[in-house]
Amino acid sequence: MIAALSLALASPPEGVIGFIYPNESEAYWQFLIVIYPYITGLVAGAFILASLERVFNVEAARPTYRLALLTALAFLIVAPMPLLAHLSFPLRFWEILVTPHFSSAMAMFGFVYIWYLLVVLLLEIWFEYRRDAVTLAQRSTGFLRTFYRIFTLGVFDTSPKAVEFDDRAIRIISVIGIPSAFLLHGYVGFIFGSVKANPWWSSVLMPIIFLFSAIVSGIALVVLIYMVASVIRKKPFNMKSLDTLCGYLFYILIIDATLEGLDVLHRTYAAEESFDILYALVHGRLFETHIVFQLMLGTLLPLALLGLIQITKVSTQIRQAFYWISTIGVLVGVFFMRWNIVIGGQLFSKSFRGFTVYKMNLIGSEGLLAGLFFLILPFVILYGLIRLLPPFEEDEAAAEHHAVSE
Amino acid sequence: MILRPEPTIGSCHSCMTPADSGQESSPNLREREKSEDRRRFLKRTSAALIGGAVLATGADLFAAKRPPAVGDKWSIHSWGMVIDVEKCIGCGRCVHACKIENNVPEEFFRTWIERYRYFDGEVVVDSPHGGAHGFAGEDDKRVPDKAFFVPKLCNACEKSPCVQVCPVGATFETPDGAVLVDKEYCIGCRYCVQACPYGCRYIHPETKVADKCTFCYHRIHKGQLPACVEACPTGARMFGDLKDKNSEVSRFLRENKTFVLKPHLNTYPKVFYHGIDSEVR
Repeated sequence: MIAALSLALASPPEGVIGFIYPNESEAYWQFLIVIYPYITGLVAGAFILASLERVFNVEAARPTYRLALLTALAFLIVAPMPLLAHLSFPLRFWEILVTPHFSSAMAMFGFVYIWYLLVVLLLEIWFEYRRDAVTLAQRSTGFLRTFYRIFTLGVFDTSPKAVEFDDRAIRIISVIGIPSAFLLHGYVGFIFGSVKANPWWSSVLMPIIFLFSAIVSGIALVVLIYMVASVIRKKPFNMKSLDTLCGYLFYILIIDATLEGLDVLHRTYAAEESFDILYALVHGRLFETHIVFQLMLGTLLPLALLGLIQITKVSTQIRQAFYWISTIGVLVGVFFMRWNIVIGGQLFSKSFRGFTVYKMNLIGSEGLLAGLFFLILPFVILYGLIRLLPPFEEDEAAAEHHAVSE
Repeated sequence: MILRPEPTIGSCHSCMTPADSGQESSPNLREREKSEDRRRFLKRTSAALIGGAVLATGADLFAAKRPPAVGDKWSIHSWGMVIDVEKCIGCGRCVHACKIENNVPEEFFRTWIERYRYFDGEVVVDSPHGGAHGFAGEDDKRVPDKAFFVPKLCNACEKSPCVQVCPVGATFETPDGAVLVDKEYCIGCRYCVQACPYGCRYIHPETKVADKCTFCYHRIHKGQLPACVEACPTGARMFGDLKDKNSEVSRFLRENKTFVLKPHLNTYPKVFYHGIDSEVR
């Protein structure tokens, strides 16, 4: 199949194989655009995990409910930053909101983002933490006291009736939130899937593949943060909760892998005009990132480990080890899935006659350091949020106890 | 014969010489015309100043975000190009002319030339420096079974994917069928570069915004030809009004078999090729 490609070597630029259109010598979307859908996916996934507890009353997900909400918020705050940073004119970004061009998928980002941030996530967090904020305001002094008082927006009622109202509101927001999370990330997939010029991107399955990979990455992230936080806090893992969450991770990973497999099957069977170049791409320039990292490390390994736990009795210690490996594997795999989509889609020429290269810089606006900054920043924000809005079970229990004794 | 678009509505009349407009004048007539011209000039300038002051108070703030204000009659044109590949000799003068005319940076191209050579069933395609310096000095001494040159440029698609995806509408289709970029408005997101199936767009290293062939819009509205068409020594590039049945492009399309690039994408290009085969994408 590779031989079917006529790859001519006629004075190409460095690293270029075959013929590319002359304007294709550089990747126009780089590292920051890999990070953008990755972070957005983590937001959507973390929120959907949180919604599981509320909408479907999954008691085992309770210990990570608040953590998932705060994780979603921390990553949502950072989500637009790489997008803005990669623009030639970041200060013109407001034009998207003020004069959106409605036929553009990208023009919807601002609206989807604002809806998700303000209407869904912040509102749910407010209802969830309002009662705690009232008690925390009573216990705190100085800046923290002012912060919690502002957080309550003047609603200091912690009567059972008020708390019940909060719970009902959260349930309604969660019900709205699930399709919103689907919209947020399905839309990101649509940005790529709707580009008919690029056969690597152009697929009706793209939004749904993005969505399911987002859910697995979000669950994996929250589970990993929960485990790390437990180690730092020197608390034992809630194994019932971990088993349940990693069970979800396993089943949703099966759906995700099936969808991606279906995409590969369809492309292979249909073998359209672009098939040869894409085949050469996956087996050539994307071999490490696609076959090794995305498929083996990010999909097959977690599936095998989590699947083993589902079908056999495995000791607690080994289960914990498997959860560490699986969640890290999934997070690495989904990151490289985004990489393969964004960078991979620009490594071959739209003439289908050759390949170009992408070399990441260490510094600069699209460099490795800038990317790492946007990947680390959400964790810094999350740390701050956890300090302000305690998400762990015992904190919640203490707040409840305090409220009752009042 | 290469078509010279007639300076009609939308053309810059002030750029026309009397010879262009076919006028002949005596000294008296010229004097009278001069005096009338002065009066007209004063009237128009005053009106423009007053009108401008009123508009600038508010409405005009938004005018910059839209295509230039045009009369309905602009849409009577639909500019397009026909490329007769059989006539192209790959000299690269079109690429060179385009670079000079449009300040195109060395490493990017608004137009370029691809060379297709066939050796025993193997197709070899290249475009060294976009063909700007021609294709002389070839290392491959084999004699191809078949060879031809294909000039490429923005296809000015009727259903432009680049226009569709621009999040702010900075790239737009003019009523007479050109696709342009408002560089004061483009945010530099590069979505249009990704959406163009023909690789015609790039980010200009100086302006940092999307850049592409405009059919030399600044020239065609003065009744001139695009620089590449003007520079072509063999007449391989023909430019004109697709809505004008008597234009050279319309006549050529009527009388010859032509092809557009990547027709399955339904972009409806307004650049047509004569003499290419299926290997050209």
